Amino acid sequence: MDPVASTARTAPTELLEINLGPQHPSTHGVFRMMVTLDGETIVKLKPVFGYLHRNHEQIGEGSTYIASFPFTDRLDYFNAMSNNFGLALAIEKLGGVAASERGEFLRVIMVELTRLVNHVAVTGFLLNDMGAFGTPLLYAFREREKILDLFEACSGSRMMCNYVRPGGVREDVPEEWLAGARAIVDDFPRFLDEFEKLLTENEIIQQRTKQVGILPKTLAINASVTGPMLRASGVNYDIRKVDGYSIYPRFQFKVPLGTVGDVYDRYYVRILEMRESVKILQQALKGVPGGPAISPKGLALVKAPRTFRPPKGEAYGRIEAPKGELGFYLVSDGTPQPYRYHIRAPSFVNLTILEDMCLGQKVADAVIILGSVDIVLGEVDR
Amino acid sequence: MLPSLDELKTALEQQLPGVSLTVDGSVLVVASKDLTAVCRYLKDSDRFRFDYLANLTAVDYPPDPAGGGAGRMDVVYHLYSMEKRHGPLTLRVQLTRLRPVVASVTPLWRGAEFQEREVYDLFGVTFDGHPDLRRILMWEGFQGHPMRKDYVPENQNLAD
Amino acid sequence: MVVDEGIQSELQKQGVYLTTWDQLVNWGRSNSIWPLQFGLACCAIEMIASAASRYDIARFGSEIFRASPRQADLMIVAGTVTKKMAPQVVRLYNQMAEPKYVISMGACATSGGPFHKGYNVLKGIDRYIPVDVYIPGCPPTPEGLLEGLQKLQQRIKETSMGQAMRQKLDAYPVPEYGAAGLTPRYNPEVWQPPAQHPFDYQRAPVPPATPGGPGPSAPTSPPLPVS
Repeated sequence: MDPVASTARTAPTELLEINLGPQHPSTHGVFRMMVTLDGETIVKLKPVFGYLHRNHEQIGEGSTYIASFPFTDRLDYFNAMSNNFGLALAIEKLGGVAASERGEFLRVIMVELTRLVNHVAVTGFLLNDMGAFGTPLLYAFREREKILDLFEACSGSRMMCNYVRPGGVREDVPEEWLAGARAIVDDFPRFLDEFEKLLTENEIIQQRTKQVGILPKTLAINASVTGPMLRASGVNYDIRKVDGYSIYPRFQFKVPLGTVGDVYDRYYVRILEMRESVKILQQALKGVPGGPAISPKGLALVKAPRTFRPPKGEAYGRIEAPKGELGFYLVSDGTPQPYRYHIRAPSFVNLTILEDMCLGQKVADAVIILGSVDIVLGEVDR
Repeated sequence: MLPSLDELKTALEQQLPGVSLTVDGSVLVVASKDLTAVCRYLKDSDRFRFDYLANLTAVDYPPDPAGGGAGRMDVVYHLYSMEKRHGPLTLRVQLTRLRPVVASVTPLWRGAEFQEREVYDLFGVTFDGHPDLRRILMWEGFQGHPMRKDYVPENQNLAD
Repeated sequence: MVVDEGIQSELQKQGVYLTTWDQLVNWGRSNSIWPLQFGLACCAIEMIASAASRYDIARFGSEIFRASPRQADLMIVAGTVTKKMAPQVVRLYNQMAEPKYVISMGACATSGGPFHKGYNVLKGIDRYIPVDVYIPGCPPTPEGLLEGLQKLQQRIKETSMGQAMRQKLDAYPVPEYGAAGLTPRYNPEVWQPPAQHPFDYQRAPVPPATPGGPGPSAPTSPPLPVS
């Protein structure tokens, strides 16, 4: 009998409890995981957060509806435009404000550009976690900088754009901006091909991500998971198709689905979603109509926020943000400030089954699984 | 397609005799003792199949200082159906403000786990049957429930 | 590399004499500051963007962001410091080896930023640890961070070796979690509250002076504390 193997079975062992975070190179922000290990295998995992809890909801209760827009930028600080869009949709539902045609087109263009930025950066970070020391991340950030230049040209700020308003958008964009956007969008598939050639068939990525962190379909639905993580598990639920909000029903695009629900599927679903976003952008940029960038009622709201008193009631507006379902729950009591302002953050809810996905895996896999869940602490903690 | 709230109320009262429901605008108000039965039916029935709990939060209504009233604490649920692609259905449960207690829906929808912990942390609502009810956003020794309307934060410039 | 004559004479008036040896060492020290990989919130993304290929902080000597505080010279506090996170920040600062520097990046780390009204936000990290350079902005662009780094490099060039060695060697006290905040609320050796501030956000809600004037709207709920 092999002497080493027999000692391994009889030697006394202990469970080790370690802390991953809050300061850690790969926890995507101030996130802490208390992990109990048996050797290298995870036996228990408890996430701890709240290190970035900035009382956004309490601030929202004291400010007018428009004054909350800069704070929504800082929720999911990667995708400022889509957060703005979610709040604008909720206010439109609450106050009965309609949006202008051109405003709708511009909003959809901004949100889809944001989706490109998010997915490409998440892929870069995921590869960084796997140990590809920076190279895909630098490629991803190069593309991101091109799109951030567009955002800076139209809204004045690279990241915290504060651009979408109920009724449309804050400022109109000139024709040169649209031409620049068309050039970048037409060039994007070439970059995606280059990116995919390096990554999708890569043997290291396949070995590290296939069959790791599997999320079965029924558990995903039961755990309120949304976004690319849900679609990688095989559930066809994209809010752009289900709710048909804004002008999405006019565009033709597919919803990519995964089969197994492991980390590789989540990575690949994001690559395919980028291709679909490019299709939406090409259709939208071709048909931007003329007209005002914001509807008259929206303009009145923006110019005089304290005169906007929505009727008593409540509204829940949700969008398909790049990370999942971003919902805003507003309760109005007839005053210019909301009585209750709640954000349903996708990263917060998606973290619920992190423990289930990580049990039985190794510590190094826990880092990749967290990277594939795609969290942003500004959203998780609000 | 989702039926109107009145039809839904009638269907629920037929299925589960003895429940008390009210329709308030676009919201269905459920009594706190019937919450588990109503939610289980909504989730498992073939007609509705609400398998996705989108949002769980609370709204605080403190007592009016001028008038009377004890004030109340509402817990709000937003339900959708991924299988049948309908929704939203908004449920509200009205609780007392002094010691708000309600049954947890985590055994039905796993996604409620962290959201109920957040409501416990920030509003003070206790959920019976929750597997691990402790603070999630504030630290363990923190006193008070910050999102209540009558919470006063400390003055950070005092030396003591 | 050689420090300006005017600055040298100013420093000498304050008792700091820079020898040529000092200037050589300072040239080496200031051109290879390695930051600690420590991003808290949105400013961290701009910090990563400044380390990416377009803005490239490696040109200025910050070649690698170290993950371990023992190996880093500079802590860039990028993002909002909450009360829950503050003890960890102070612990990390204590673990860094001297001489060490702190850049407070963004409005949140400087003074609480847009989130200063809050029960969980620390109004500035300089309440517990000494800060060398403050960079305003929300978030500051990568160019802003690079300018702040250059100011820090200038400051290092104007210190002598003796001064650098005499930097405080004891640990800064780590705050504890209290019932409603941190204890102590600030470190008196490092920071003192301003004597009188025109916008004192901590006051209690004031009822309106005139009966016909604009009062609090919709008094169904008690007025929120103005904080």
